[in-house]
Amino acid sequence: MTSRTVPTGWPGIPRKYVPVLVTAGLFVAMFVAGGIRYQGFATGQIVLNVFIDNAFLLVVAVGMTFVILAGGIDLSVGSVVALSTMITASLLNDGWNAYAVILLVLVIGGVLGLGMGAIIHYFEIQPFIVTLAGMFLARGLCYTIGTDSIPITNPTFTTFAQSAVPLGPDLWITPSVLIGAVVVLVAAYVLHYTRLGRTVYATGGSEQSALLMGLPVARTKIAVYTISGFCSALGGVLLSFYMLSGYGLHAVGMELDAIAAVVIGGTLLTGGTGYLFGTVLGVLVLGLIQTIISFEGTLSSWWTRIFIGVLLFVFIVLQRLIGTRRTGWPRLRSRRVPVPAAGADD
Amino acid sequence: MSRLLRHRLFWPFVILAGLLLLNLVFTDHFFTIEIKEGHLYGSLIDIARFGAPLILVSIGMTLVIATGGIDLSVGSVVAIAGALACLRISLLDDQSSTGGVLAAMALALGLSLVLGAWNGLLVAGAGIQPIIATLILMVAGRGLAQLITDGQIITINSAPYKVVGGGYWLTLPFGIIVVALVLAISAFLTRRLALGLLIESVGGNAEASRLAGIGAKGVLIMVYAFCGLCAGIAGLMISSNVSSADGNNAGLWIELDAILAVVIGGTSLSGGRFSLGGTVLGALIIQTLTTTIYSIGVPPETTLLFKALVVTIVCLLQSPAFREKVFHRRRRPVTAPPVAEKKVKVSL
Amino acid sequence: METPTPILRMSGIEKQFPGVKALDGVDFRLMPGEVHALMGENGAGKSTLIKVLTGVYDIDGGTIELDGRRVDFASPLAAQHAGISTVYQEVNLCPNLSVAENIFIGREPRRFGRLQWRVMRDRAVEMLSQLDIHIDVTAQLATYSLAVQQMVAIARAVDIDAKVLILDEPTSSLDAGEVGRLFAVMRRLKEQGIAILFVSHFLDQIYEISDRVTVLRNGGLVGEYRTAELPQVELVGKMIGRELADLERLESRPTVRHTTPLIEAENLGRAGAIEPFQLTIHQGEVVGLAGLLGSGRTEIARLLFGADHASTGSLKVDGAQASLRTPRAAIRQKLAFCSENRRAEGLIPDLTVRDNIILALQAARGWTRPIPRRRQDELVQRYVAALNIRPGDPDQLVRNLSGGNQQKVLLARWLILEPRLLILDEPTRGIDVGAKAEIQRLVVELSDGGTAVLFISAELDEVLRLSHKVAVLRDRRVVSQLDNDEELTTDTLTETIASGARS
Repeated sequence: MTSRTVPTGWPGIPRKYVPVLVTAGLFVAMFVAGGIRYQGFATGQIVLNVFIDNAFLLVVAVGMTFVILAGGIDLSVGSVVALSTMITASLLNDGWNAYAVILLVLVIGGVLGLGMGAIIHYFEIQPFIVTLAGMFLARGLCYTIGTDSIPITNPTFTTFAQSAVPLGPDLWITPSVLIGAVVVLVAAYVLHYTRLGRTVYATGGSEQSALLMGLPVARTKIAVYTISGFCSALGGVLLSFYMLSGYGLHAVGMELDAIAAVVIGGTLLTGGTGYLFGTVLGVLVLGLIQTIISFEGTLSSWWTRIFIGVLLFVFIVLQRLIGTRRTGWPRLRSRRVPVPAAGADD
Repeated sequence: MSRLLRHRLFWPFVILAGLLLLNLVFTDHFFTIEIKEGHLYGSLIDIARFGAPLILVSIGMTLVIATGGIDLSVGSVVAIAGALACLRISLLDDQSSTGGVLAAMALALGLSLVLGAWNGLLVAGAGIQPIIATLILMVAGRGLAQLITDGQIITINSAPYKVVGGGYWLTLPFGIIVVALVLAISAFLTRRLALGLLIESVGGNAEASRLAGIGAKGVLIMVYAFCGLCAGIAGLMISSNVSSADGNNAGLWIELDAILAVVIGGTSLSGGRFSLGGTVLGALIIQTLTTTIYSIGVPPETTLLFKALVVTIVCLLQSPAFREKVFHRRRRPVTAPPVAEKKVKVSL
Repeated sequence: METPTPILRMSGIEKQFPGVKALDGVDFRLMPGEVHALMGENGAGKSTLIKVLTGVYDIDGGTIELDGRRVDFASPLAAQHAGISTVYQEVNLCPNLSVAENIFIGREPRRFGRLQWRVMRDRAVEMLSQLDIHIDVTAQLATYSLAVQQMVAIARAVDIDAKVLILDEPTSSLDAGEVGRLFAVMRRLKEQGIAILFVSHFLDQIYEISDRVTVLRNGGLVGEYRTAELPQVELVGKMIGRELADLERLESRPTVRHTTPLIEAENLGRAGAIEPFQLTIHQGEVVGLAGLLGSGRTEIARLLFGADHASTGSLKVDGAQASLRTPRAAIRQKLAFCSENRRAEGLIPDLTVRDNIILALQAARGWTRPIPRRRQDELVQRYVAALNIRPGDPDQLVRNLSGGNQQKVLLARWLILEPRLLILDEPTRGIDVGAKAEIQRLVVELSDGGTAVLFISAELDEVLRLSHKVAVLRDRRVVSQLDNDEELTTDTLTETIASGARS
């Protein structure tokens, strides 16, 4: 029987790892370039600061990775983050216990995701539209709570926000980074070592096949949106620590940053291919761009967006190149065929 | 009656009518249209006038979506077009010189066309998934717009430019005339000429279209460029309306509203058959909703809540799965057509 | 062979779809340790019966008994748990996952909820080697050929402790060697007492492997027979419910003709797809391409039509050098190509019959010159009538048509262009016998009218019946070009394919 060897980009490296390695290389290159160009750049704390400033984005991007791997998309994450900061701030102002608030916010995020996932699956409406409605809903709820920024003065929160975890001489992180790291590790374990994780990949690879293989596609699809909702809520809590305020205009456009991080991390937006580690690198690259621009001083903030756009372009073209070379086998040419629901095409 | 019920624009139409009637309860003379100083006035006219930019963007979006694509970058293009036009006008010695204003507008529209074509090139030439290809310009475009305005809000004072968004012509608001014109041109190109068939064919099955001899690349680039142009016109209208350009906020989220308008209008996001009339209806629903919220005295902050509600309702009503489950109470949706026992070749 | 108790018994199965009764009181039974063929034209209800059995559809009437117990599967998963496994023609696996995962996903070996990758890999290697397949199980499934993927699917199906294995057209994409290997596996499974339900369009395969055959027609049961006791002609008669006169009318062999060359391919080739070949097609000539699947038949067609770029050689049309780099250029030269893959490369399912028929003509004219509505109606009506497309409503969506009628719509699309060369890639695959005969007759008529036809088919007798000349392919190479004279028979063709030269 015809056996085909796995095509590799470089000898010894499976092609599937190439996008992640490129991202890692880019991160290192940016870090080195920054170190050569700016005084006081090439320190470990710079990398840690990127984590500190982007812990919430990291957590949100982890949730987004689940959704995208399963072949979906979640536009609601930024709004859910904002809603979470808003609920947190207003309930704390009402004198609620900090831990009860956090728990409640996480549950709300999860339930929002669950609802969206259920609508997407049971009523077969495109994720793009459903999560768009979710985005409007969450933002709208923010404004019904209040249109102004609400400061957080709760002692638990302020203590948490101001504490630092020392890692060594002149190196420290915030507890938020620890939480982010735990989320990343748990998520990586789930994706690689549990049935849920593998079913996420299978669903993203071919939903119809996954159904016919008897996999719990419905549960999985709903689960990824629930996870994403939960991660967004957690990201919102971390943002509340970071900002010490709740505001309806927090995290505007964060869904774009999260999607960009996932794509730059080498995950295919079509689903089924990618690694969580890539997402971490994607967040780091985005954060490092901001750091470099702040070091540059003369560059205005909008260059960040332009750079991210350029990076997206480069990575998308790279993925495209890898993708086309893989499909050299004529009978397996990949086509954009919308996957119909089981039986719908008989 | 049942045929009417199953018409794909039935539910959007009912919702629009319902929204309009709701206004009548809260606002006297809601349906009154009068002529003051040779101009048409009235709530309905206002809805059309304020909705004009959204309708424009939605028309372009409809064609893009019909090809099986999507254009997330229209909001950025709106901002860029407005920013460039205002920048050029602000640099004029005489901001009221018609020639200078026209040149500025032409430049802005030209750039919009180029940006649209860039999207088209990425999609058709490089074969990148549309949602990703246009994400690039969506992210970078806001930066570009701010680059043009240097992060400032450019304010201008130009009477000729003001006409684009706020002027009147033949008693009608200029914006409505522009919309009618663009709509007529699109309808002519797609339905009188055969562009519509080719678009639907490319959206329905790209590879089959190529093998049928359709130059899909040309069609795609043209459609994306047209979408960019529509966004550019909308950008001019929006900036003209407020006589200023804000790179950060102009046209923010208009891509989402436009996509909604298209979906509400019954065009499937997976491409294929499209309905320009449905899209206009969809855009009007969104605009009416905004107006309604103001007129019935609900705090404007909650606009988004209502939008979420309407989107959900309309999409649910249009979802075959929802109708099956809720109205027929069948155990499983069976959409199998009769005799054809065909197999799908799932792409590998 | 004594009749043991059936492992599966379906009685009086009814299934109604909007507007059509897909199954009408069908009985079906499966014995353990038998290969049971399910036969019928397209539209007979084979797929529906399988989908009912595997829990994809629910039934409107009748009963299903498995192992003597009544069952009602709510989902494919429930059917699998009960021991009914299915392998579909299109290989329903996940191309992005590894081979090992595809075998085990949903049933992975776990310890405390943690997947044991190593155990999974080792077991996958072991299972595949039982099927005589030795591959890297950690590689993505998409990197392997369709035949390997099919075997992986079978390995998966068998691992689910299957009592009933359903193979739905598993052979349609396999070459002879691969079919042989599949049959060896099926025989082994049969010995283990597994009941196999086998669907195939190839009569030879049915006779080679099956013990018993059940024939369906128009959603109803025709009967159940011992395969060995049912002559082929009778089987076909039961499937189509009428005499074979339609097919036999074409039995006379076409005479070789010598007209001016229309297409001359010189050393045309494409790296990795087809080695450089010479091929001349004369006006009004039917050239058959014979060879196994994957031998380069489709690749020749795609090169001639400009669907793929040639890496070597040149092409002459009417004796003049022509560069056909795109289908558009080929269409301008009045070439036409009906792909074997109707659904992915032919039809636009969401458009109407009318739009699908005029599509190529409209594309050739460009979008600025629409075809006037009256002329559209005229063209569409003429071809709907001429090709007997049913239903004849031009505004019907083409997705609602049966396979044979969809094929005719595709043919009509090209015929209205009045092509000089019509390339037909497997035009009769997967369609019912009646439509098959109509399409074969059409080829003869076209050829008589001066249109050249390049005819690709897996069925050698069909190729022989229609072609003036047959080019034989093997391993992506044209090995021989034979005039269709008295000496050429399916046996000589088969021999040529097998040996690589005319003996």
